[in-house]
Amino acid sequence: MPITPDEKKELQRIAKELRLTVIDVMAWAGGAHVGGSLSCLDLLTALYFKYLKIDPEDPDWDERDWFILSKGHAAASYIPVLSKRGYFPQEELRTFNHFGSPFAMHPDSNKVVGCDVSAGSLGHGLPIAFGLGLGFKYQGKPNKVVCLMGDGECCEGSIWEAAMSIAHYGLTNVIPIVDRNMLMIDATTEEEIGLEPFADKWRAFGFEPLEIDGHDFDAITAALDTAWNAAEKPVVIIARTVKGKGVDFMENQLAYHYAAGDSEMCEKAKASIEAMYKEVE
Amino acid sequence: MAVTGTNWTCYDSSTMTSREIYGRTLAELAKSDPRVVALTGDLEKSTALNLFGKEFPERLFNVGIAEQNLFGAAAGMAKSGLIPFASTFAIFACLRAGEQIRTDIAYQNVPVKIIATHAGISFGHAGTTHHCTEDFAIMRAIPNMTVICPADGIETSMAVRACMEIDGPVYMRIGRGFEPPCYEDEDHEFTIGRANVMRDGKDLTIITCGIGVLQSLNAAVTLAEEGIDVRVVNMHTIKPLDREAVIAAARDTGKILTVEEHNVLGGLGDAVASVLAEEGIGIQFKKHGLQDVFSAIGYAEDLYAYYGLDANGIADEARRMMGIEPNDDDDWEDE
Repeated sequence: MPITPDEKKELQRIAKELRLTVIDVMAWAGGAHVGGSLSCLDLLTALYFKYLKIDPEDPDWDERDWFILSKGHAAASYIPVLSKRGYFPQEELRTFNHFGSPFAMHPDSNKVVGCDVSAGSLGHGLPIAFGLGLGFKYQGKPNKVVCLMGDGECCEGSIWEAAMSIAHYGLTNVIPIVDRNMLMIDATTEEEIGLEPFADKWRAFGFEPLEIDGHDFDAITAALDTAWNAAEKPVVIIARTVKGKGVDFMENQLAYHYAAGDSEMCEKAKASIEAMYKEVE
Repeated sequence: MAVTGTNWTCYDSSTMTSREIYGRTLAELAKSDPRVVALTGDLEKSTALNLFGKEFPERLFNVGIAEQNLFGAAAGMAKSGLIPFASTFAIFACLRAGEQIRTDIAYQNVPVKIIATHAGISFGHAGTTHHCTEDFAIMRAIPNMTVICPADGIETSMAVRACMEIDGPVYMRIGRGFEPPCYEDEDHEFTIGRANVMRDGKDLTIITCGIGVLQSLNAAVTLAEEGIDVRVVNMHTIKPLDREAVIAAARDTGKILTVEEHNVLGGLGDAVASVLAEEGIGIQFKKHGLQDVFSAIGYAEDLYAYYGLDANGIADEARRMMGIEPNDDDDWEDE
């Protein structure tokens, strides 16, 4: 079912607030993978504020849906999302990266309430998602497993090992999403090691690929609706995104894969985010 | 020689390989525990999981030749509430999928039981690519991991059942499975972390595991005829190591020889040496195993002889420690 204009507005409002928090986290943490955190932020927002069946009061709820941030370096947006969803107070984000903090550059399920799987060593998330999906299917459980990957991460062979297995076992309860922001650390994906024709690769591995604009909530929710209801073939969502989305001087810039910012840069970044949403509003 | 404690006492363990016993024991476990499932990567037959699959086809999952996926998936299945037994050759588990075992399984402390077959040099003629003489070192260094190396099929069966009591990951290495048994039945204790004294002695202690146990026992028989009284300790659990057994051996016999089908760096010998050093015990001590070399190619029995891991080789090491130079015989072909 398409989202209503009010729902869309609400998701945008949340996403804007989260984008501003990402900039704060970059400052508090002394640096963050800000580019890739901003590129997948709208996907995380739709998942956590509309789709995932979860209960922050009961993080280990048996019937919950599972989420794996396979591109774990996007913790700078994922952790604020968990906080905003009610798993822990936003004030705690100020400890990010500091000694004894539960929050680091990569999310840690042993330490972060609401985080299902420790990830960040790239290529690990999808095999774990496959195992979870297989386990749930075998036990007749209804839980869904969503796995958000980076596009550069898809150079890892283990992603394709898992893709083959998910399709082979017909696991429509596993929903892989790729944050296709086109940039790796050293270069664009196509300059460094070409991924295209990317959708065709997933199709050949047995998936129904949905290529969408990963910043458009109408498109994101339509794709998630399809993925959630898939019964025949697993769906993969290839979300075309912009690395650094929302901060004009960071967008599509290799330099902002990981960055630290002083207060002046943070103010500039926040002003840019405010300006982008002014247009939307 | 019957394996008791299972419903298949009719099977004569001497005719079954360790891995066959593993497959059958797992099927027994699965009958009483619905959480037990098995995973492999195109090695159902080689790891004997097909024996489990025969009884529980819906509980055996083959992910193809994809070990990273195999161990990542095992972590996921464990998180979904199951107890996966994941099996492949030791080398593929430890090194191909080492990071998945470390980060996905051990760090998240999920109850995946890794039963690695064809460990050490047991798959001799497959060549050095398929040997694994590094697994103790790798697995010992991973927190949360329990490391077990049973002596034979009977002990494998007991160990597979015992590892269900551990609420976390276990790495168990078994060989190719053609090793002769050293236990006759299950009429003894098997407790993870507690070594078994197989034979008492006062002159020297051999601390060993896996195939080393039977060979050391045989060596001890020969040495006894020469008046050397050897204690043989089956250190089936490499981690947590039975420190008391090491301390007692040092106190009672004053000499310790460790024997392992593994590089002498980072394995059982080093684990024992650490205990001695930390306890401030200075005794005569020798680590016997592969001396930081890649293994040669050959049938397993020949390799055991070449590396002195058979009864003759172990006896020679023991004699040297007793100050007796063994007969000069560089020709290992007659072993």
